[in-house]
Amino acid sequence: MNLLTDTGVIFGRALRATLRSRTQLAFAMLQPVLFLALFGPLLTELDLGAGGSSWQVLVPGVLVQLTLLGGSFVGIGLLMDRNTGVLDRIRATPVSPLAPLLGRTLRDVVQLLAQSVVLVLLGLALGLRAPLGGVLLGLLLVGLLAAALSALSHGLAMRVRTVPEFAAVANTAAMPLMLLSGLLLPMTLAPGWLDGASRAVPLRYTVDAVREAFLGHYANGTVAAGVAVTVALAGLGLFAGALAFRRQPA
Amino acid sequence: MSTTVIRIRGLTRTFRLSTGPVHAVRGIDLTARRGEILGFLGPNGAGKTTTLRMLTTLLPPSGGEAEIAGHDLVRDPAGVRRRIGYVAQSGGLDLTCTGREELVTQGRLHRLDRATARDRAEELAGDLGLTDLLDRPAGTLSGGQRRRLEIALGLVNHPEVLFLDEPTTGLDPGSRAELWQLVGDVRDRHGTTVFLTTHYLDEADALADRVVVVDAGTVVAEGTPTELKRRHAGDPTASLQDAFLAITGRGAPEAPLAV
Ligand SMILES: Nc1ncnc2c1ncn2[C@@H]1O[C@H](COP(=O)(O)OP(=O)(O)OP(=O)(O)O)[C@@H](O)[C@H]1O
Ligand SMILES: [Mg+2]
Repeated sequence: MNLLTDTGVIFGRALRATLRSRTQLAFAMLQPVLFLALFGPLLTELDLGAGGSSWQVLVPGVLVQLTLLGGSFVGIGLLMDRNTGVLDRIRATPVSPLAPLLGRTLRDVVQLLAQSVVLVLLGLALGLRAPLGGVLLGLLLVGLLAAALSALSHGLAMRVRTVPEFAAVANTAAMPLMLLSGLLLPMTLAPGWLDGASRAVPLRYTVDAVREAFLGHYANGTVAAGVAVTVALAGLGLFAGALAFRRQPA
Repeated sequence: MSTTVIRIRGLTRTFRLSTGPVHAVRGIDLTARRGEILGFLGPNGAGKTTTLRMLTTLLPPSGGEAEIAGHDLVRDPAGVRRRIGYVAQSGGLDLTCTGREELVTQGRLHRLDRATARDRAEELAGDLGLTDLLDRPAGTLSGGQRRRLEIALGLVNHPEVLFLDEPTTGLDPGSRAELWQLVGDVRDRHGTTVFLTTHYLDEADALADRVVVVDAGTVVAEGTPTELKRRHAGDPTASLQDAFLAITGRGAPEAPLAV
């Protein structure tokens, strides 16, 4: 009970911070918007081997890309709070030890979902056609992925000291993940070795499932695998984040 | 009923780094009574902040035990947290947040309901002269005003023990005197025990009922400022500076006030 209330208090605090930095939010949206507006039209005449229109391939990819790039770096805010003593001040109160992690992660998921809705609407304006149920399933998967990445990023922020250190690790992890998961173009276009390598990247299953959902296919192996992998990833991310949040060893 | 609110025995903390162990705190014993202002003095790296972080449950001790406001530090950290306030050396303010928002949030984290938390924020602002500053982002406040806000945040839960890590570092003489006044008032009005670290000997002299000097992670002297001067500088009218130098054997007598 206390955990819920405390998480709510931390969530509120984090959400207000986000709303104060609206320019930052807008800049975070700029890249995916440009991808849709300037890269999307290039694909409309191509056969991406997925069935459906190119928008049903690109919009899910852009959503997952935003989740990955946004989610990996959310820990920087926490690192700042650590270095300015804000986190110590909060943790010297009776607050449930996990609330600072869960409250922030929840804020990140809410923010990402709001951004995703904007992107889907923009997609619709540009020519995307997808069933509502599929879009909702896609958003659910994207939200779970956001929780996983955000919790991991916060865990990382508890284990490094400086922003450059953080950025080095986060970049090193995010870049190959992005390229290997077929976010912009599906891996079905890739040569065999690359397709094989990408099967080791959990994000690939998420993005493939979101694409299927956008095509209106719900009951197939791709969707099942995507849901399973994404749920497992969220569980693992939260677990790892929670471990890092237990009182610091040093 | 005992009036001892802080009881520390053999507290140690060793950081294990790849370069080898750092014995930051090697064994601290001390007690403090209700309503006492305890000055915790020592040169850079003496282990003051590490000790405070242990006493505020933020860092698990490597050894020893402590009881704060009737709660065991290791067995009942939540009980300790309910009864303490802590103002870190780095302050702990989000400069984009207003004082009101932070005070209300802090109250909510201490499990006050919304209305009570809001009232408490107003009340503290009144007590600490922050009423007109409450709706400004902390980043627009002066150093002294920020310190007062930080202390207000540490007082939200009517703590029995208030821990202040270098509360006056970086303040001008006027703001320092104001802060001494404020800390004294808090103690007089609420019987709060104040555990404060400082590098400023005049501060300990003016504010502390008792001074504990640490060096290299252990207590090297303890007593009222007058006792320390008599014992270590051989003269109760000597400055605490002389006593401090005699105790830690560092620096020249004409060293600046901030050791
Ligand atoms: N997280 C840490 N990891 C490794 N060593 C640490 C850590 N924190 C503190 N130390 C070391 O422990 C010793 C005591 O540090 P501490 O910060 O407690 O000193 P201090 O008395 O507060 O000093 P100052 O007056 O400069 O604030 C120092 O040698 C410091 O380098
Ligand atoms: Mg210190």
